[in-house]
Amino acid sequence: MKFILTSNLYTMRSQTRIFVLALAIMIGGLIYFNGCQTGAKQAAGGALSADAASAVYVAPGEYDEFYGFMSGGFSGQVSVYGIPSGRLLKVIPVFSQDAEKGYGYNEETKPLLNTSFGFIPWDDAHHPELSQTKGETDGRWLFINGNNTPRIARIDLTTFETAEIIEIPNSGGNHSSPFTTENTEYVVAGTRFGVPYPQKDVEIASYAENFKGMLTYVKVGAEGEMDIAFQVLLPAFDYDLAHSGKGNSHGWTFFTSYNTEQKHNLLEVNASQNDKDFIAAVNWKKAEEYIAQGKFKEMPANYCVNRYSESTHMATSETKKTVKVLIPEECPGLVYFLPTPKSPHGVDVDPTGEYIIGNGKLSADLTVHSFTNMIKAIDNKDFETTIAGVPVLKYESVIGGTVVKPGLGPLHTEFDNNGNAYTTFFISSEVVKWKLGTWEVLDRIPTYYSVGHLMIPGGDSRKPDGKYLIALNKITKDRYLPTGPEMNHSAQLYDISGDKMKLLLDFPTIGEPHYAQGIAASKIVSKSKKIYPIEENKHPYRALGEKETKVVREGNVVHVYMTTIRSHFAPDNIEGIKVGDKVYFHVTNLEQDFDVPHGFAVQGAQNAELLIMPGQTETMYWEPQREGVFPFYCTDFCSALHQEMQGYVRVSGKSSNLPLKWSLGEPES
Amino acid sequence: MNKLAKPVMVLASILLVSLFFLPMWNITLLAPQYPDGVEMHIYINKIGGSSPGTLQNVNILNHYIGMKKIEPDSIPELKYMPSIIVFFIVFGLLTAVLNKKWLFATWFIAFTLVLCIGLYDFYLWEYDYGHSLDANAPMKFDDESFQPPLIGRKVILNFVAISMPHIGGYLVALSLSLSAVAFWLSTKNTKIIAS
Repeated sequence: MKFILTSNLYTMRSQTRIFVLALAIMIGGLIYFNGCQTGAKQAAGGALSADAASAVYVAPGEYDEFYGFMSGGFSGQVSVYGIPSGRLLKVIPVFSQDAEKGYGYNEETKPLLNTSFGFIPWDDAHHPELSQTKGETDGRWLFINGNNTPRIARIDLTTFETAEIIEIPNSGGNHSSPFTTENTEYVVAGTRFGVPYPQKDVEIASYAENFKGMLTYVKVGAEGEMDIAFQVLLPAFDYDLAHSGKGNSHGWTFFTSYNTEQKHNLLEVNASQNDKDFIAAVNWKKAEEYIAQGKFKEMPANYCVNRYSESTHMATSETKKTVKVLIPEECPGLVYFLPTPKSPHGVDVDPTGEYIIGNGKLSADLTVHSFTNMIKAIDNKDFETTIAGVPVLKYESVIGGTVVKPGLGPLHTEFDNNGNAYTTFFISSEVVKWKLGTWEVLDRIPTYYSVGHLMIPGGDSRKPDGKYLIALNKITKDRYLPTGPEMNHSAQLYDISGDKMKLLLDFPTIGEPHYAQGIAASKIVSKSKKIYPIEENKHPYRALGEKETKVVREGNVVHVYMTTIRSHFAPDNIEGIKVGDKVYFHVTNLEQDFDVPHGFAVQGAQNAELLIMPGQTETMYWEPQREGVFPFYCTDFCSALHQEMQGYVRVSGKSSNLPLKWSLGEPES
Repeated sequence: MNKLAKPVMVLASILLVSLFFLPMWNITLLAPQYPDGVEMHIYINKIGGSSPGTLQNVNILNHYIGMKKIEPDSIPELKYMPSIIVFFIVFGLLTAVLNKKWLFATWFIAFTLVLCIGLYDFYLWEYDYGHSLDANAPMKFDDESFQPPLIGRKVILNFVAISMPHIGGYLVALSLSLSAVAFWLSTKNTKIIAS
């Protein structure tokens, strides 16, 4: 480049005419190039004829066919979209405080965000995963991982609220998570960053010696309650993604890994050297046998299990101190490594459970392992070598097929119900459709731009709904009206019901959706709760009627038992509070009508509003700082008399002897 | 006397047992923001609705215009109506057993009278709710009546109120008709039928 520039300069000096000509060509070229770009863009837009619009049009009052659950990435939340309309239905707060809903601010939900590091009001949420029964999405729960402070959350799909968050110990970056087994026996976790095990103060350069990689199986109970069943201690590779087997391969989970070089610095180079990294295949049914035989080590750990009770409307946090660890050297047959080119990212199991797709992100080809071959190789002991007690199977023995040069930078694959696979290519910014078994490429379509995950409703289950595909992109650039340097990530919806994929819709998303899940709306709609029955409210500070409202002082702690109903608070006048008191407003919403929440806000509160659903009790903590009379009011426009839904709390000096007094004014007559 | 009169009268009496489980009357309120409607179900012994919160929801709506709270505990009819129904069930069964023409007639006339009084009483309650409005109500509409219709539909502010018998009401009508049939059968000469 430098040489060309210099020679151009030389030419310019010596032959001005040629320079002018060259300049003219350059300018002409630029114009032509720009024209092409515009043309290309118009073509992409032009391909969207009226039929695309009608395909995504959901008439007013009509419902979408599918729910789409998208991870919020660094927003820490889950956003719920209607598919195919792309309409945002709700943002579910999960790992991040959400002032809009008071989540993580009110006293009831704070314990959900508790960890062994204390209260952590944020995380990086990557992979939503729907619960399954017999390999099919069942609409009971949605799980999602927190990457930064390793956690898994469970969202209850009758309420669309976070019901539980469990911390994953001995992990550093919970990325390969929370992929489910066929009947939601387990959701898994795997550490993306090798960390010292047990965690200790050591030289970073002692990585290979002191660092380990832990895979975790979280048992899911009948009511959805999560508990760590066991962990598997492996070398400190970076365990990137996972998927469990289905059908014949039910009982196994596959985890991709990179940095099998076990480097600790400049990973972009140092962790990209090995020709092949590994997919770790874990036989969790075998693990259950080893656990039953007592072949585990009970190891010290420190992690929190936080559960929200729908009856008390409160979360509690419990700290656990041990975990069962299985060590492959002592548990033969527990784990095998499948060599896979090259730094594989996603690992996806086809609906039959036979094919395990290793999306080698730096590989020119797409590698597909065969489960049948894997079992044969294990039976024949076709081992290349053994690493830390884990046999490495011979690549040639496990490979089931290769999709030759399908695109650049394969990341993830999902499936339809006709034996086709769809793989995203980050670098070449496209989705490629190919045939399972014949490995031929059938179609390709551009994404805007640089697609990461993709989602087909049920696309990682045994029963995909192969109608729509959503590409979740990492780069937005010029797709929408500019909004300054930061823009929402874009998603594209494609029709995949025909031979050729068709772009239907392009819409912005919240945070950075990594993975997403989709499910037929019919599996959820009828189970969706409208209210919480007030008679089932067991909150310790509930007031189940205005007669139960009161204000109670315990030293400098004041509990206000308050109720809301259209359109007043009871009590709405409170006196006898003092500067420096610790005041808890426990507000019970007495409403029993669908979509009639009330809000509560008081001046000077250093947290957020409460947003209380019908039948629920929520608590706001308030420390009055100054003497005076401060208003509180309803923040959610509840009725024709919403503006009148207000009250006052009088704050007296620290040494005041004013007794507590509260009232709900009778109408003056 | 026709043999069928007895079983028909038994059936007429037994049908009334349903009133202890099924609502007699239904008042539905329709407005755009209530896509499912608000359905208030009136039983002989309680007031319910399409959801457990219906009564509270109706009371909340009513309070804007100063209507009295509907409090089942303060409605004496809900206390003594069950006894009246039990009386008619027992009376009906006795009628069937004793099998006297005049008893059939008495049952039919007495029950018809009770139903008429009941409907009139229901009208009085509706009138009271619709007209005795709190002077301090947040919203006042002069010369407006908020009395729901006894039967049929009526526009009340933003709502359409529809008042119709519920399944129990129709079963009462059936019971009454059956008792009339039983009476008619009781007047027939069995001999004619036998020959």
